[in-house]
Order: sequence, then C-alpha cells, then structure tokens
Amino acid sequence: MSILSLQNVSKSFESLKVTDGVSFDVPKGEALGIIGPNGAGKSTLFNLITGNLMSDNGKIFYDGRDVTRVPAMRRCLNGVGRSFQIPQPFEKLTVFENLVVAGAFGRDTSEAEVTQACAEILERTEMIDRANVPAGQLRLLERKRLELARALATDPKLLLLDEIAGGLTDAECQSLIQTIRDIHKSGVTIIWIEHVLHALTSVVERLLVLDFGRVIGIGEPGEIMESREVREIYLGIEV
Amino acid sequence: MSTYTVTTRTPASTVFGLCAVIVTGLLVVAPAIVGRGMIQDLFFILTMLTLAQFWNLLAGYGGLVSVGQQAFVGMGAYALFGAVILLGLDPVAAILVSGIAALILAVPTAYFAFRLQGAYFAIGTWVIAEVTRLSIAQWKAVGGGTGTSLPRSAMREMWGVEAIETLLGVRSSAARDILAYWLALALAVATIAGIYWLLRTKRGLALAAVRDNAEAAKSVGVDASRMKWIVFLVSAFGTGLAGGLIYLQKARISPDAAFSVTDWTAYVIFIVVIGGIGTIEGPIIGVLIFFLLQSLLADFGSWYLMILGLIGIAIMLFAPRGLWGLLSERTGLHLFPIRRRLTGGRFSDKET
Repeated sequence: MSILSLQNVSKSFESLKVTDGVSFDVPKGEALGIIGPNGAGKSTLFNLITGNLMSDNGKIFYDGRDVTRVPAMRRCLNGVGRSFQIPQPFEKLTVFENLVVAGAFGRDTSEAEVTQACAEILERTEMIDRANVPAGQLRLLERKRLELARALATDPKLLLLDEIAGGLTDAECQSLIQTIRDIHKSGVTIIWIEHVLHALTSVVERLLVLDFGRVIGIGEPGEIMESREVREIYLGIEV
Repeated sequence: MSTYTVTTRTPASTVFGLCAVIVTGLLVVAPAIVGRGMIQDLFFILTMLTLAQFWNLLAGYGGLVSVGQQAFVGMGAYALFGAVILLGLDPVAAILVSGIAALILAVPTAYFAFRLQGAYFAIGTWVIAEVTRLSIAQWKAVGGGTGTSLPRSAMREMWGVEAIETLLGVRSSAARDILAYWLALALAVATIAGIYWLLRTKRGLALAAVRDNAEAAKSVGVDASRMKWIVFLVSAFGTGLAGGLIYLQKARISPDAAFSVTDWTAYVIFIVVIGGIGTIEGPIIGVLIFFLLQSLLADFGSWYLMILGLIGIAIMLFAPRGLWGLLSERTGLHLFPIRRRLTGGRFSDKET
C-alpha cells in the first residue's frame, strides 16, 4: 500500500511552472531518492507534500486520505516530518527546546512525555553536547543536524530530508548515512533530496529524477543512472 | 540509555522568588504605612506595569506589534462606566465587564488586523482604535464627546469601601484609592504570574517557535494562527481589565483620554523597550524608570516628551534588548527563568 500518492500535481509562481503534472506513488517503508539539477523544483515538491505550499492542481493522498487542502500543521500531526534545505531553527530556543516543541506538538502530548525521547534523538544525531545552546549560536553543520533531529522528534511515519549531506566530511557523511539507515530500518518511509549521489544511492531503493518540474524518470537507482535522459540532463550539468 | 530530566529553576530565581513574596507582602500592607499620595503613585505604577506586561506578551512573545492597545483600555473603561451608570452595577464588579467588553472588541479587531503583517498590522490596530474612539464619542448616555463622571452614590456605596474605612480609619475618598490600589496590585501580580505560567507551559514554547519561525513551527505541528489568537485575546482581556480599573480610580472619563495613544500605548511601548522586550523582568524595570523620569521631568512641559523620545532612541540603538537585556547578558541572571535545561544523563557527571 502506498503511504504517499501524488496525482498530476502542479504549482506555478506567476508564469513559472515549478511543478508540472507530477505523479508518483511511494510504498510504505520505502526509501526514495530525488535528484535533479538546481531549480528543478525539488524543494517546491517537498513544500507541496508537507503543506507549506498548496498545489494549484492535482491531488495528494497521504496514508489513504486526500490531504491536498490539509494545512502543514495537520499533516505533521498525521506523521509527515521534514527538514528544511536552508535550516530554519527556532533561534532563541535551545537545541533541546527546538526538539521539545516539535515532540510535544508533533506527537500531541506533554513536554514531560517527550523529554527522554528528545534526549535520545540528540544522542543519536550527536547533538547531545549542544543540547542547552541557543540554536542561533550553532554552526551550519550543527544546524543541519538539528533539522534532522527536530524532524525525528515529531515521530514521523514519512520523513522528508532536503539536502542534509551537503558540505559534510566523508566521516561525517558515513555517520549520517548510518543514522538514516537506522531510521529507515525502524520502519519510517523516507524521501530524500540530495546532490551527494553516493550517499543517496547507498540508502535509497528507488530514484526519482526531476527536471523543469517534471518527473523524467523513476526506478531502480542503477537503471536510472544509466538512462540517456538522466545522463544528458542531470549528469551533464553536475559532473 | 541514561535518564534525562529537565530543570528551569536557577539558584538566583529561587532567591528572587522569596524576595518577590516579601515585596508583594509589603505592598499589600503599604496602605497602613504610607500616605495617600504614595498609594496613588503606586496605583499608577502597577496599572502601567500590567499594561506593559500585556503589550510585551503581544509584541515580545507573540511578535504582534500593536499600537492600538488604547482601544482595549478605552473600551474597558467605557464598559465600566456604562455598566455602572446604565445597569447600576457595583463598580468593582463592573471591572469584569471591562475585560469582557475588550475581549469582544478584540475578536473583530484580530479578524481584520491578522490579515496585515508587520508595520501594516501596527497601523491597522491604530486605525481600529481610532474608529472605536469615534464610535464611543457618539454614545450620548455616557457623555458623548465630552465624557462623564461616575455617579457619587455608586462611588460612596462601592463594595469594600466601608470596610476599608473602618479597618484603616480613613475617609471615604482615601478608602476608594486604597481599594483601587489593592485591585491594581492583585491584577499586576496575577498578570505576571499568569504570563509566567503560560510561558512555562508547552504553549509558551510554541509561542517562541512561531515568533522565531512561523513556517517551521507549522511543520512541527504548531497551530501558528491559533497561538496568535490566544495571545491577542488574552492581552485584550487583561488590557480591558486594567482600563476599567484605571478609570474606576479616576472616576471621570472622556473619549480623548480613554483612547489616548500616548498614554496607553506610546508610554507602554517606552516602558517595555527601555526595560527589555521579550522578558518579564524588562517591563518591571521599565516602569520604575518611567515613573522616576516622569517625576523628575514633570515641570518641563513638552521637553519631557522629547527627553523620553531621546532616551528611547538611545536605548534602541545601544541596548536593543533593553536595560534588563544588558544586565542579564553580563550576569547571566534570570529572575523568571523559562529556559528548559536538559540535565542528568550525559550531563550529570559534568555538573557535580
């Protein structure tokens, strides 16, 4: 059964069509990677799935329900968690408080109920030593980790990751891959936008290629990377 | 995995908590010790403090910079006069009507003003306050544009006045001031305690999250627009109560005074800005400085306003987080701590 299904979803800003008739299904428990050149509309696609943007046309189904017009806050409560490409921490709150607010509201429970879970997520994402530091004082790398940690605090069933591996050293990237694998193994469905291809392909089961707001390929990573269109459009620019 | 706990208390806050109880106790018995002039000054300080705390809740915690709070002061005040003059309600009981009237006005105000952002929101609230003033000035039963006074009989028979007369052996007029003062003290203490409580609940965290980043807050399950509504309605209710009380003590009202943008919003913003926006301590320090300045500069006429303005500008340029912000940055002091510190687990060995 698919946890997420997009049917002919479109979004325009003024005359610019950023998402153009996108349709695809994500089975429960899958890890799907999304690639595509800069400006292909990847982050916009995420915003449509999370409800931070509303689509102009088409339908979005999550967990069997039509959520096309459901606001972001409701979708989060139903289990859609996300990280932002440009980190959006709550700057005046500490790292721990960033997670607590996500935990208490995203799971619709009390602060006390999520304290331990938030602390454990901070351990897992190697942010525990920074727990009591205001998020505004974090370095970029730590901000990216906080994005992941905060998304996890909401206890998502579907986790959307937007370029969280960029700028990491090899060792850091390896530990991030391990963390994401563990999350995936625990049953969370993952959709991951990433430019660091080796990180992506070592986790995901399928790849989706986006260009000019259209899906130009979806399938097994090896196959996708071999296809002529992808090589022309994507690798031609990236390599 | 190791067990973690959360603490908010700091050693300084415990000491301060005790001091606060003592100061509040002293303020309660003050009417038996100090003269009537001092009681009137304290009444002014406490009501301005209440207004400042609610404006700070709106702007400092909710990110809603309103310059139309005089709408709720005026609405509360006029509701009190209307309830006493037209319905014959006891003035003390009518204070509750003040709060409710302000709350009712806040619903359409928020409905319109929330469509506006930033500076547009500020001006929008001001416009709504002016419209309310002009409308109230048409209300002939409470004196129209020239205003009116509370009936003498209602003031004399006001609930609690006689008891104070016999208790402290003072005349009726002084007893009324003392009654108003005690109500102002109760309101200020309840306001500070209530806001502090709110900030320590999970709604307080949500409020901070929405202020820092509304989009991200929505993405972690926070209902951002609901938080704004809560803050706006709570502030309007409290501001209305304060407005009713202020004019109960004055016993005379006019639309221009009750809806004065200078008295009920500009001074209040000054208090919050010089004390430190976004903190509970800030307005407390701010109101004391404001009162001192007002007493010192009382004889200088319009120079007084210019000096206030200059001080305001200087603070905004050189200490944008206000005097308390400056002090708290240097010393790490928090008298009303809301920070949830993670302790135990990996931290326990470091902290012993």
